[in-house]
Amino acid sequence: MSSPAALEIDDVSKRFGTRWAVARLTYTLPAGRSLLLTGHNGSGKTTLLRMIATATFPTAGKISVFGRETKAHRSALRHEVALISHASHLYEDLSAAANLTLLAEFLGIDDAKQTARALLERVGLTARATSPVRQFSAGMRKRLSIARLLMKAPKLALFDEPFGELDPAGIEQMEALLRELQAGGTTIVLATHLVEQGLSLTQERLHLVDGRLVTP
Amino acid sequence: MKRLSLARAAWLVLQKDWQIEWRTRARMTALIFFSLSTLLLFSFAMGPDINALRAHAPGYLWLALLFASTLSLGESFRVEAENQALTGLVLAPVDPRAIFLGKVFGNASLLFGLSLVLLPVTVALYDVDLSRAPLQLLVVLFLGSLGISAPGIVYSAISANARARDVMLPLLLFPILVPLLLAAVSATRFTLMPDAQEQLPSWLKLLTAFDLIYLSVGFLVFPKVVEED
Amino acid sequence: MPSWAPLVMLAVVVAMIVTHVAVPAVRGWMWKVSAGLGVVMLVALLYFGLFWAPPEAFMSDVGRILYVHVPHVWMCLLAFTLNVGCAVAYLMKKSWRTDAIAEASAEVGVYFGACGVLMGSIWARPTWGVWWDWDPRLISTTVMLLAYVGYLALRSFTDDPERRATWSAASAILSYVSLPIVWFSVRWWNSLHQVQSSPSTVDKPMTAVLRWGATTFLCFLFVFIVKRYELARARQSGALELPPVQAPQVTA
Repeated sequence: MSSPAALEIDDVSKRFGTRWAVARLTYTLPAGRSLLLTGHNGSGKTTLLRMIATATFPTAGKISVFGRETKAHRSALRHEVALISHASHLYEDLSAAANLTLLAEFLGIDDAKQTARALLERVGLTARATSPVRQFSAGMRKRLSIARLLMKAPKLALFDEPFGELDPAGIEQMEALLRELQAGGTTIVLATHLVEQGLSLTQERLHLVDGRLVTP
Repeated sequence: MKRLSLARAAWLVLQKDWQIEWRTRARMTALIFFSLSTLLLFSFAMGPDINALRAHAPGYLWLALLFASTLSLGESFRVEAENQALTGLVLAPVDPRAIFLGKVFGNASLLFGLSLVLLPVTVALYDVDLSRAPLQLLVVLFLGSLGISAPGIVYSAISANARARDVMLPLLLFPILVPLLLAAVSATRFTLMPDAQEQLPSWLKLLTAFDLIYLSVGFLVFPKVVEED
Repeated sequence: MPSWAPLVMLAVVVAMIVTHVAVPAVRGWMWKVSAGLGVVMLVALLYFGLFWAPPEAFMSDVGRILYVHVPHVWMCLLAFTLNVGCAVAYLMKKSWRTDAIAEASAEVGVYFGACGVLMGSIWARPTWGVWWDWDPRLISTTVMLLAYVGYLALRSFTDDPERRATWSAASAILSYVSLPIVWFSVRWWNSLHQVQSSPSTVDKPMTAVLRWGATTFLCFLFVFIVKRYELARARQSGALELPPVQAPQVTA
């Protein structure tokens, strides 16, 4: 038996207000492959990623992740899918450590504090562990988001412009992280303007124009 | 990885809200002084007639709490709207019903704490007698705070994302709090003043019924509100 | 009126609306018949209410406002009941028709409620000597009215159709649940007040005219709701169609 496709998008449309952010999109990502998502600002990349992450659902059509439809299996899929987006999902008034510990506790990890500390060390934020996120720079927030993603150890990791707001060293570290995740068997969907970097990291490509699939 | 029970997840949400409250103590202090000045304004509006003030003290206390609640409820979801933290919770994943319970009890405990701060001030301003039935008074204050919070959290989640949110919350919330206000004010009155006809138990029952009804309705409806279908 | 009368009225208006929505053949003429019947019955109601019915024992001729005031409040509560039914149905199964009926019934309900409360206030002045009174019926109707004004404001302040439908449905359920609680709390608060008048305490001719009035305004309730429903559907239709499979123009 062949394993189900990592991602199956079946005639998906999504409306925002009176505008169609994604329109009649059909695409299949085979298992074991990673996807590069390209397109201009407002082409529907973020909306598509949010739909795959079960943060929102298609107005029409279906999305399946590892053979399970997102709307019906949202609670199971949320354990396996993680999203790094423009919105960091962090509590501004809590410290970096508190934000991570909270997630660890929700994930049911036994030694939440210890796990959080280890991950902070891994992303290089130990020195600022007790400062509230409000005082963090954009790059530090991104590191903290990465720690959140690593804690979840997802089967499918979604990245929305991960290279934005990073310095050259940060971009290199991010690339290394993406390679490492893939080597560990995680499927990656990467939305970025940096087509060069993106192409070197992924095997498939999907180009969106006004929410529609266009062959690049 | 184990799945969390609903109660445990709700408890974690509640702790998280307490932690944020503690980290932003300045905001809480502002809330306290806002309610204090509301109480003071009522006594100015009524004039120096101490008998009238004493008779109306329960009403002033609950109005001050009600006004403060619109601020605390709005704040409760402003924190969640920043960085789309609420989406982060839902995707974590946390059962939305646990988020509802955690936030309701978080906000209720905040209002209850606020009412405890306001009590000595009502003694000073309106000369009420707290020693008559202190335990019942605490029960009334808690049930009332819970009753404001249960529908309030649902409406706050709605209005946090709507346009004109500062107007929307009281516009939606105040009408349905009419029975709660009646029950809480009456019950408070009978803990502060002689209760000749034994009316307190029936008002307590009404308060409990209101809380239970809105906790269950909110429990069912809240997931629909926060999940973007 | 017997206690099942509201349920009968609700069943009748629901059946009529469902027929109108589901059967295209009746869509053209049913509302016209209902509107015509309503106008004829309204003219008759004027005669019955003003001349035929005997003056009320305590309130004399002022009491005649009852024949329009009471049916208005009934229609308002019927419309809100219909609205909350649609709200529950929408949350269980998403449907744009239920949402459109919900929108229509809320707006029509607010209209009837506002007229009813206004007339009640006019009636209260010469009868009780005040414009406003701690009457459970008056307070609960007013609270519902305020809650539904909030409901309409929420609808107009939310742009996304899905969110508007879901949020307003949630808000409708929370508001409607408060109706019995308000009623009981006001009754307890003011237990000295007069008991609710029912057919056993009012004259036979009065009951007959009240029923006539209720049927009259039931006709109008149906017409208003289905016309407002069609307007809501027309507004939805442009936004709800799926985009074409091919992009309208290929970008260069």
